Amino acid sequence: MFASADAGIRKRDAIGRALPWLCALSTAFACETHPNDANGPKQEPSVQVSPLETTTLQAFNKTYAEIAYAAYSDAVDGAKQLQSAVDALVDAPSDSTLVQARKAWLIARHPYQRSEVFRFYDGPIDRVEMRLNTWPIDEGFVDGNASTAGIVGDFERYPALSTSLLVGLNAAQGETSISTGYHVIEYLLWGADKRNDGAGERPFSDFKGPTGSLQQRRGAYLKLAVQQLISDLQSVQVEWAPGSAQNYRTTFSNLPPRDALALAVKGMGALSGPELGGERLTVAYETKAQENEHSCFSDNTTVDLLDDALGIEGVCTGRYARADVEVIHGTGLCDALAASDPELAAALRKSTGESVAAIRSIPAPFDQAILGADSTPGRSAIGRSIRALEQQAELLSRVAAIFGLRVASVKGGS
Amino acid sequence: MTLPWACARAPKLFMALGAIALTAACEHGVRMPHEAASAGPATVTDATRDAFGQPMPGLSQARRHQFFVGNSFFNLNWVSAPASVSDRDGLGPLFNARSCSACHFKDGRGRPPEAGENMLSMLVRISVPGAGPNGAPLPDPIYGDQLQSSAVPGLTAEAEVTIEYRQVRGTYPDGEVYELLSPSYRIARTAFGPASTEILLSPRVAPALVGLGLLEAVPDATLELLASETEHEGITGRINRVPDLTSGALSIGRFGWKAEQPSVLQQTAGAFNGDMGLTSRLFTSENHTARQSGPEHFESGGAPEVSDEILDQVTTYVGSLGVPARRDVALPQVSRGEDLFLELGCAGCHVPTLPVASKESLPEIGIEEIHPYTDLLLHDMGEGLSDHRQVYGASGGEWRTPPLWGLGLVSKVNGHTRLLHDGRARSTSEAILWHDGEAKLAREAFIHLQQVERTAVLAFLASL
Repeated sequence: MFASADAGIRKRDAIGRALPWLCALSTAFACETHPNDANGPKQEPSVQVSPLETTTLQAFNKTYAEIAYAAYSDAVDGAKQLQSAVDALVDAPSDSTLVQARKAWLIARHPYQRSEVFRFYDGPIDRVEMRLNTWPIDEGFVDGNASTAGIVGDFERYPALSTSLLVGLNAAQGETSISTGYHVIEYLLWGADKRNDGAGERPFSDFKGPTGSLQQRRGAYLKLAVQQLISDLQSVQVEWAPGSAQNYRTTFSNLPPRDALALAVKGMGALSGPELGGERLTVAYETKAQENEHSCFSDNTTVDLLDDALGIEGVCTGRYARADVEVIHGTGLCDALAASDPELAAALRKSTGESVAAIRSIPAPFDQAILGADSTPGRSAIGRSIRALEQQAELLSRVAAIFGLRVASVKGGS
Repeated sequence: MTLPWACARAPKLFMALGAIALTAACEHGVRMPHEAASAGPATVTDATRDAFGQPMPGLSQARRHQFFVGNSFFNLNWVSAPASVSDRDGLGPLFNARSCSACHFKDGRGRPPEAGENMLSMLVRISVPGAGPNGAPLPDPIYGDQLQSSAVPGLTAEAEVTIEYRQVRGTYPDGEVYELLSPSYRIARTAFGPASTEILLSPRVAPALVGLGLLEAVPDATLELLASETEHEGITGRINRVPDLTSGALSIGRFGWKAEQPSVLQQTAGAFNGDMGLTSRLFTSENHTARQSGPEHFESGGAPEVSDEILDQVTTYVGSLGVPARRDVALPQVSRGEDLFLELGCAGCHVPTLPVASKESLPEIGIEEIHPYTDLLLHDMGEGLSDHRQVYGASGGEWRTPPLWGLGLVSKVNGHTRLLHDGRARSTSEAILWHDGEAKLAREAFIHLQQVERTAVLAFLASL
């Protein structure tokens, strides 16, 4: 109401800037020209759209979907292996079954972290991600300590454990009151990490007890958490499976190719900058607090970070490896981009490589690498990684601009 | 209906903005923004479940890093002292929530409990009749100014508040039937003896936090001007002057349902204290009273419990949350609804456009005006919504106009559509139907619209 005619004209610049990136996401925003706009025709987007060959874009979209399906299939397989190991642990707790279960968790993490590049645009994973990989978690919410019984120890409030109970409690009392997912399972397998030179040291006896005991509840909880993990991962896997007429992959394939690519770039940008660079690295770097590392119980954080970066690089190069064997080699974002802006494509390829290298140089364990002066090898490697990821996010926002989408502001979810 | 109230209320602001004089404004026709970017360059494009949790684009690197660190403390559960995590111990001993995100989940909006649920993203302010210095509410002698619904182990929570809803049916002039929920609140299970028999209850849900740093940057002079406009079609906004703990003087209240907090900093520190039982440099005492026996035996998490650094980080976080872009701005129905919003007089309080002077607080964000749909002023909303208690300058029936930006994404982010200060409205139309007092004319105008026009207004509101 306070906008005068003059102010209206002044605002036109903002409208001109704002519309193109809103329009790019036809799934999220309606594209439009303002009908009441009396000040002449709508401005053209300020960024000239490069004429990319549709076939290249379609090839990229196809590879992208193939990698997504492969990564989620591997994540499901990993979770099933974990389930076998956890069953063995709970049925016969021992040092050896506990070690095997931890090993299975570590193996299961690889494909899931590689798949995180498919988050952040209301795709299939975003419907269940909060149940899968939310961190940090409030340990006391799950399992008891001095000040709380936790779900495991609260027999009175939660007489019977079930997957629906755990799902219902997850994040219902705040963003760190987490009852499901990889990090809850991690906590149950390792316990709190109180050592400087290693991970948590939960003894197998924590799972060994008579029927109705706390230990038995802990084991039951662990089994349920793994069961839920599998079913959530499967729900994403089927959405990316080929040959279904009604799943997300079909929707994705039928999008205008530029829109599909814009979603992919949005996910890559959000994971690179705000999520990895911001929440997973900057927060730990600034606070020097162990609880701010991604996998704080198992000390697997450096591996997690590397898999995330490799996942982004893989979408850029169109490649996916299973157990270090390349199983997909198709059209990556950098290939698709090379047709219109070879310089930017080369810069992005270089940048993703640099991020991977910088993260690879962070010495494990991460909770020790964040400590000390900024000049220590650990902190300087983390600082380099943050800068590399921010640079990568900046390049991705330039890619997005080519496709009429702005991603710089996108923040990580959990 | 075509000559909007705005021409009567806008001129002083127009002149202050150096725009144009009254006559020109009305000749040109005062317009609604019809714009997707509700906060100019501070608008974010995310329309997913994370839409409320994004930093403003273009933050400096230093502020962005602060934002992420602040976010982590916003999300984290605080624990009772002593604890190995000394950064974040000191919870309670009396509290409503363990973390900011428990109520402001995903930086979004709280709701009243469903049947069988505990009150989680909602709390109850309390007082007794009368007023303290500057009109401050008088605390209950035992329970203070807020009921804490939780306590650390070894201590019992102060009380429970139960809600009973009475169904109120009505019909629009065109025959469409509606049903409202009229709540009544009762205290139960008081743990420290009986509360005052005259106790006044003010239940409040947690509001969404987008754009607070921008609302803070609206010049005082703008609000003074808006408040000085003469009454038009029953609307007169008032400023709530409240104590500013940083300056020690009275300042214009901007935040909270009663505009009882002058700054994002004080709002944040107040929530740490009242809602989580955490002291900070602004609130150095715990939230229990001398008449409560028990809480004083619990160990403190430090003096203060929330370090200056963490308080500033969380304040930066809250003050730097961007505003989601509108969707469907130019759908004919939405556009029609936007025009109707102005014609009905809704924009008399839900002012679409305000100037911002963000040079000091957010220098890297070059922004001159925002579209928050609020005037940040108090308006009498009638008996039905009144909580019958004074909060500084605000009477029981007066409430601060809540901003409407982000409204349409609440269902996406928080999975519900509960509105108004106590979440009694189950939809936007119910919220409109509760409007009374100064908003009576606008509500009457709304209900007399044809159904297709009402739907257009709701479509506009959903696009915000």
